Amino acid sequence: MKILKIFIIVFLSIGFSHLKSGEKNNELKSKILKNIRCLICQGQSVYDSESEFASSIKLIVDRKINEGLKEDKIYQFLREKYGDWIIYDPQFNKNTYVLWLLPLLLFLFGGAIMYKKIK
Amino acid sequence: MKNKFSLFIIIIFLSFCFFIFYKGLNNSNIYTPKIKDKKNIPIFEAKDFNSNIYINSEKIFEEDIFYIVNIWASWCIPCRTEHPLLMGLSKNQTVKLIGLNYRDNLNNAKNFINEFGNPYSQIIIDYDGTLSVEFGAYGVPETFIIDKNKIIIKKFIGPINKKIVEEIKLIIK
Repeated sequence: MKILKIFIIVFLSIGFSHLKSGEKNNELKSKILKNIRCLICQGQSVYDSESEFASSIKLIVDRKINEGLKEDKIYQFLREKYGDWIIYDPQFNKNTYVLWLLPLLLFLFGGAIMYKKIK
Repeated sequence: MKNKFSLFIIIIFLSFCFFIFYKGLNNSNIYTPKIKDKKNIPIFEAKDFNSNIYINSEKIFEEDIFYIVNIWASWCIPCRTEHPLLMGLSKNQTVKLIGLNYRDNLNNAKNFINEFGNPYSQIIIDYDGTLSVEFGAYGVPETFIIDKNKIIIKKFIGPINKKIVEEIKLIIK
């Protein structure tokens, strides 16, 4: 009887852990798809789009996750195929220096003016 | 004097902003991926259109010649307009045309080939569009030129025309 109980507990825990990893993969997939732009219906994410391109990308992302690729590797793969624009969250590179640094510079500039006025 | 200088700076700044935004209005807001980047051909396995046997990319691109990969589908109207030009290109001995049948019904695709002719030395099937993604395509038709080093050296989005055919002929010469 005891052995049966242990067997059931082990069986259930294995079953649920599998379910959990599946859930995790689904969450990761949704997160990635929401961060990819659809090139056909521009302005929509691949997650929201029903275009043929979007459905192919959904399959590709699913396949890459199952192959064990990390999130950033999947983005890198898509960037290599379609350029930086396909990802909503732009990377810090020579084309986006201004985009990333300008708010910081304006903040520092504004802070310097305020500091000078207060002084 | 100081106020005048500040006003001058503000006007210059606003004019600069106006100029940037005004220029931006004329830019197209539809993004198309860069077509000049040279990339290696993807490594893949796909079903052959005629034999239904799986073949790998190494086998498809095994010869030391130029290849043209054309993504097509029977339901794609622009593919019909470019088809006679592909038929013309297929007569060229220095190049092999590989057709990539995109998300198509096999019977319809076969009817298309029977009706308009077969310019391809080999056709592979892309049932779900994932193979086209590996090539960096996002629609049909798209045409890729692959050199002897198995590098994609040129990509044409949309149907090819006579001007593009001339360009292709110059490249594969």
